[in-house]
Amino acid sequence: MNRVGARQAVSSRTRPVLSGLMPSLPVWFHRWGSPPHVYRLADRLRPWLGWIAALLIAGGAFAGLVLAPPDYLQGDSFRIIYVHVPSAYLGMMAYVLMAAAAAVGFVWRIKLGHAVAVSAAPIGASFTFLALVTGGIWGKPTWGTYWEWGDARLMFELILLFLFLGYLALRAAFDDQDKADRVSAILAVVGVINVPIIHYSVEWWSTLHQGPTISKLDSPSITMDMLAPLLVMIVGFTLCFAWLVLNRLQGQIVERERDARWLRQLVTERTR
Amino acid sequence: MTPRRRRMLLIGSVLLGVVVSAGLALRAFEQNLLYFFSPSEVAAGEVPSERAFRLGGMVLDGSVEREAGSLTVSFVVTDYAHQIPVTYTGVLPDLFQEGQGVVARGRLDPSGHFAAEEVLAKHDENYMPPEVAEAVARGREAQGQ
Amino acid sequence: MTDFLQMGGYAPYVWSAYGITLVVLLLNIWSARRARIQSLARAAETAGEERPRRRPTVRQVQ
Repeated sequence: MNRVGARQAVSSRTRPVLSGLMPSLPVWFHRWGSPPHVYRLADRLRPWLGWIAALLIAGGAFAGLVLAPPDYLQGDSFRIIYVHVPSAYLGMMAYVLMAAAAAVGFVWRIKLGHAVAVSAAPIGASFTFLALVTGGIWGKPTWGTYWEWGDARLMFELILLFLFLGYLALRAAFDDQDKADRVSAILAVVGVINVPIIHYSVEWWSTLHQGPTISKLDSPSITMDMLAPLLVMIVGFTLCFAWLVLNRLQGQIVERERDARWLRQLVTERTR
Repeated sequence: MTPRRRRMLLIGSVLLGVVVSAGLALRAFEQNLLYFFSPSEVAAGEVPSERAFRLGGMVLDGSVEREAGSLTVSFVVTDYAHQIPVTYTGVLPDLFQEGQGVVARGRLDPSGHFAAEEVLAKHDENYMPPEVAEAVARGREAQGQ
Repeated sequence: MTDFLQMGGYAPYVWSAYGITLVVLLLNIWSARRARIQSLARAAETAGEERPRRRPTVRQVQ
């Protein structure tokens, strides 16, 4: 009896400290964390997401380029807003998803969390890159410059890109996937502080970049005929992001579950 | 180099990069927490006299004067409390207009005159079609009368 | 139509911004699909390892 008790004490001590402190998770969470369930769900969702996203982005681009009126001050250069704002928004959302998923993977040792984080990182980096480039292109005819060092909004957006790239570089430094997961998760979670800083940078510091247009709820800053295409584009970009994440996530699940029986079955059924 | 050392080196450099970029960002904003100074801050003498800084505000209505036959332009930047006269030689951005925002980088001479090396336009977060802008302007005029 | 293409004189800016966005989106779609399909192909190789392996013929080695 004594010996068994001692063994139990040892095994409970070697359990990860954090997950011991955290509350246990409800059952649905574990089902959601089950790779075969998520893989099959992704198979069902992917075509819907892809086609709706393509329709919304095509329609939103047409509305933004043709139907929306030119701005009273900026003329037609204002139409860049329809690609710039969705890219910037998705870059930040991708980081929040990456950090949250990495935290879930780190704390509860759910591998799927790390798989989601790895899937979101390159997509988030590309959207952040897009936000920086389209912002520069928009800045030239309006502000008079492509880039302005010292503008808080621009600097923190650049740091967001570096965080994505740093996360990917850090992972590449490990041969052991478990270690890569755990170490890179720390960087992802620490870096999430940058997201609210980006959002509030235009209010906390005096910047060349203007304040928020659509996220403030008081007096409207944009007329409805200009806002509608923007909202369509934001939804379209979000669905496109979801489609991209699901593709990469399925790839990650296949890599990580290569020895699992369900996957072997699935793969042999496919190739047969 | 063993794989372990290579790994430690890579991780170390990534962490160093994060720390350095965070430190640089913070230092930059501490030194220059304000990307630009307002005319009131300039009038209160809160600006550096020996190095260039940025002046931000609105272009005063009716203050823009272009020198004939050159690219030199003079205007007044205001925050509706204080006014600073500015001269600039060069191409102005499309959005440079009376009554619109502007950020000018340059130096203040002892007489309180700002010599700009670069002028950027700052627009606000409001977007509207020309007709709406006209209606808004008419509405303001009607209220003012 | 030419009015539309000229974008009130901002054509280079508007069209380059939309063009780069399209290129980045397409690259994303291509690489995400490729990541999924290649992982499946690699898994199919290792899944086949359990079954009796076919011996490579001399021609295959060459």
